[in-house]
Amino acid sequence: MMENNLNNTTWTDICTLSDLTPNAGVCALFNKQQVAIFLCKQTDNVYAVANFDPFGEANVLSRGLIGSTEDITYVASPLYKQRFNLSTGECLDSSEHRLKTFNVRIESNQVQLKEAS
Amino acid sequence: MSKQRIVVVGNGMVGHKFIDNLIQDKKGNDGLSNYEVITFSEESRLAYDRVQLSYFFSGKTADDLSLTDDNYYHENGIKFVLNDKVVELDFANKHIITASGRIESYDKLVLATGSFPFVPPIPGNDQAHCHVYRTIDDLEAITESGKTSKVGVVIGGGLLGLEAGNALVNLGLETHIVEFAPRLMAVQLDEGGGALLRRKIEEIGVKVHTGKATTEIIAGEFCRYRMNFADGSFLETDTIIFSAGIRPQDELARLSGIDIGERGGIVINNHCQTSADNVYAIGECALWENFIFGLVAPSYQMAKVVAAHINGNTDLAFTGADMSTKLKLLGIDVASIGEVHGKTEGAQSYTYHDEIEQVYKRLIVSQDGKKLVGAVLVGDVDAYGTLLQLKLNDMVLPDNPSALILPSSDDEQSTGLGVDALPDTAAICSCFDVSKGDIKQAVAAGCCNMGDLKSSTKAATGCGGCAPLAKQVLDSELASLGFEVKNDICEHFAYSRQQLADIIRVKKIKTFSVLLTECGSGLGCEICKPAVANILASYWNDYVLEDEHVGLQDTNDNYLGNMQKDGTYSVVPRIPGGEITPDGLIVIGQVAKEFDLYTKITGGARVDLFGAQLNELPAIWKRLVDAGFETGHAYGKSLRTVKACVGSTWCRYGVKNSIGFAIDLENRYKGLRSPHKVKFGVSGCTRECAEAQGKDFGLIATDNGWNLFFGGNGGMRPRHGDLFASDLTDEQLRTYVDRIYMFYIRTADRLQRTSVWLENLEGGIEYLRDVIINDSLNINAELEAEMESNIENYQCEWKTTIEDPEKLKRFKHYINSHEADAGLEFKVEREQRFPTTKNDNKIHITELV
Ligand code: SRM
Ligand SMILES: Cc1cc2nc3c(=O)[nH]c(=O)nc-3n(C[C@H](O)[C@H](O)[C@H](O)COP(=O)(O)OP(=O)(O)OC[C@H]3O[C@@H](n4cnc5c(N)ncnc54)[C@H](O)[C@@H]3O)c2cc1C
Ligand code: SF4
Ligand code: FES
Repeated sequence: MMENNLNNTTWTDICTLSDLTPNAGVCALFNKQQVAIFLCKQTDNVYAVANFDPFGEANVLSRGLIGSTEDITYVASPLYKQRFNLSTGECLDSSEHRLKTFNVRIESNQVQLKEAS
Repeated sequence: MSKQRIVVVGNGMVGHKFIDNLIQDKKGNDGLSNYEVITFSEESRLAYDRVQLSYFFSGKTADDLSLTDDNYYHENGIKFVLNDKVVELDFANKHIITASGRIESYDKLVLATGSFPFVPPIPGNDQAHCHVYRTIDDLEAITESGKTSKVGVVIGGGLLGLEAGNALVNLGLETHIVEFAPRLMAVQLDEGGGALLRRKIEEIGVKVHTGKATTEIIAGEFCRYRMNFADGSFLETDTIIFSAGIRPQDELARLSGIDIGERGGIVINNHCQTSADNVYAIGECALWENFIFGLVAPSYQMAKVVAAHINGNTDLAFTGADMSTKLKLLGIDVASIGEVHGKTEGAQSYTYHDEIEQVYKRLIVSQDGKKLVGAVLVGDVDAYGTLLQLKLNDMVLPDNPSALILPSSDDEQSTGLGVDALPDTAAICSCFDVSKGDIKQAVAAGCCNMGDLKSSTKAATGCGGCAPLAKQVLDSELASLGFEVKNDICEHFAYSRQQLADIIRVKKIKTFSVLLTECGSGLGCEICKPAVANILASYWNDYVLEDEHVGLQDTNDNYLGNMQKDGTYSVVPRIPGGEITPDGLIVIGQVAKEFDLYTKITGGARVDLFGAQLNELPAIWKRLVDAGFETGHAYGKSLRTVKACVGSTWCRYGVKNSIGFAIDLENRYKGLRSPHKVKFGVSGCTRECAEAQGKDFGLIATDNGWNLFFGGNGGMRPRHGDLFASDLTDEQLRTYVDRIYMFYIRTADRLQRTSVWLENLEGGIEYLRDVIINDSLNINAELEAEMESNIENYQCEWKTTIEDPEKLKRFKHYINSHEADAGLEFKVEREQRFPTTKNDNKIHITELV
């Protein structure tokens, strides 16, 4: 692993595409942070948000279910079911918390992360 | 401008309510920035729910009862001082002084000092083990006494006395109630009602002594004390609770010279102002038109009036309140409405008394027979809601008022007055002062179920007594606005769970994505995905972690364990019937020790190991599977446990081999997914040690075969199962269970236990018998075939998982590192490990999936 990549402008390799589970999440360690990465097959999108659930106060969001309401794709926390917009990190059920988001892409089969600018 | 200082003396139910009203009234504006609020309590805790106090004995803790907490007060800038009694009011200097010497000045002073239990001046009343029943501290002391007592007496047979009696019964004491008056609940009930109540109470083993005046309490011969009565008789007891009425806590006001009523109570006017300037009194310490209101609803009204008054709204006034009550005392329903002692001139009455069913109802009507004056109901209080509305709204009675209390037979038209007939001003929830109009407004603003209604109006969140009525108003309102009361599972499928199950079964659909294409929209969500995964599993019994299904499962099914509050999982091996070999126990112990898992015997008669991290689960299960254990499906909406007693194998009363049969049943149905979890109980004789009647399927052995009970439930709304059939052979029993189980799977709603399903089944248990025993729908062959195929396809999901390296990839905390979750912290208590998260969220169980 690249240890101290605090350079906001470069992409870091995390894992291969096949390491991701279709329509579910995994957790990655990136810049000493826990990041939940979701592969949504139905829309062919990848998303990355902080893994820490600010309501349940545990590192579990990668284990939540992906859902949609109208045009928003979200993850529902496995603990108490609050929903977070996967693109913006906004919580749909309360304005109290918002998740940090990360840039994520797939380059020649590699899943890569970058700090959002 | 300097802030107004408000001092609130007493932080009981009403003092707190007042503060809460202030906060809520100002929400959205400038908050409480114009006020500085400080409250004092003599007790060691902030306000708690005294109305629910008795639940302390059925397991509620002080925390559960609390109405507020430090945080809420801090957030809203409310200062509070506990354990400090206000001892002096100085009106000239506009300040108060506390026992600890603290002086606080005020602009407005609110007295909410409540009341105290009256202890009759009987010599010997101040000894150890003599209690009152008012605070959490009192209840703790009573519990302590209970430990060293066999017999307990309550002095006072009023409403609170009976509650205290119930507490003694719960503590396992031989319980007596001693009442001075000639009957129980003399204030609320008439003679007939009191007599029936007494009979019912005596039937549950509580001894009632009326017309007894206690003269002294001295040392006893067989028990700790002996109570001597004026008529020369006596009673021995170990512990005594005084419940002889309450007296307003007005001493502080009295000493400072405020007007006090002749028989106590701080005199207030319609704005709850006392005779001193800028001083209000509310709650049980206040005397309005020579009347003390010993109930919360009127007191909450006073709190509201004062909050409004201080905020400058002088229109709102306290104009008295209704004292009707409906209670369950010692398991007996009792209700009283209006004036029941025949004090109204010319009043006439109707009485219905069924000695067989033990029901007593009396209706008191005005001279012209047009209006309701009062009513007493014992044993059957279904009519309470209707009668109360008739009284509160001063409505004209129907032509034939007796029909209101006569048992309704199905053929006759219901006499219950429809909620549509109620005026908008009708109070539906008296705890939170919610009228029918308020509910209509909430519906107009988009509220469409009880959950919404509770959060938007607070109706039904206090004593809960109004919930059925509130639901009726809600439904009728929704219907009148043209809403179909919708049963769609979520926004992605315009179908109910039952309809989806039919589609999946008939079209033989095997995956979520096909179903979504066929009849859904969007991506799905946390409601429909697990529900569909569950239906697919019920019909095709595939491995739940097939690639197609992984993204559908709730985390519990997805990692084959229950997620705990810190994100770790629990491990529950199946222990069929609760029978386990010493070697099996040793393996579980070794695994728990090796992985440092918190170990506990569950309520389902097996062992739960808590605190396993994702990356540890496969290794833990490998050890268990190697030793012959299978998954216990503690995480699945599926068969949980079959709880059994040892039965005829060991027990001298057992008439059948309950444990052997239980193990067969558990192995037959294990792993089967269903709309909600399913539990069985099997008892070897009618002593019922396996508590089978509280389970979805309950079996009780008799000399003639098995009795099958169905639809029992513990949990939030306990229910005993209904007797489905008696004297069954093993074979008959299996066949019936197969059919009922599959019929439930086909037709129940998502997360609907068998109890609720049965209650909603049109035609009830008789209809079910007709389907299952007489095959009235001609589906039994299908149901049996479906069950057979499920049983054949059973697999231990953990065994399959640990044998598949691809599946194991997901059992790691990080996809790109072998490190464990650094966020986990543990502490050790009683020699075992517990999580130390800050997360103390209390969740509504109903929101769980
Ligand atoms: C472990 C255990 C408590 C214990 O420490 O003893 C337990 C623990 C949980 N119960 Fe339970 N229940 C346990 C026995 C019971 C019992 C007693 C019994 O089975 O005889 C009941 C009442 C009987 C009944 O179900 O009718 C019970 C009624 C509930 C309910 C209420 C269901 C209802 O119909 O009202 C829930 C909530 C739900 O399912 O929605 C619940 C939910 C839960 C959950 C799953 C809550 C959650 O999502 O975290 C708990 C997780 C368990 C875990 O992590 O393993 N648990 N739960 C018991 C496990 C038994 C087992 O061996 O599998
Ligand atoms: C077991 C039980 C069951 C009940 N069931 C029902 C029911 O089913 N329905 C119903 O409507 N009502 C019921 N009630 C009555 C209801 O609890 C009361 O009406 C309500 O609690 C009154 O609230 P309050 O704030 O006026 O008094 P309290 O709740 O008694 O609060 C007064 C507080 O002020 C404190 N205090 C007093 N003097 C001072 C001082 N000088 N300085 C500082 N603090 C002081 C006291 O310690 C106390 O904490 C029940 C009561 C009991 C005990
Ligand atoms: S769900 Fe409630 S009752 Fe059941 S184990 Fe958890 S805390 Fe206890
Ligand atoms: S009347 Fe008590 S909650 Fe509504």
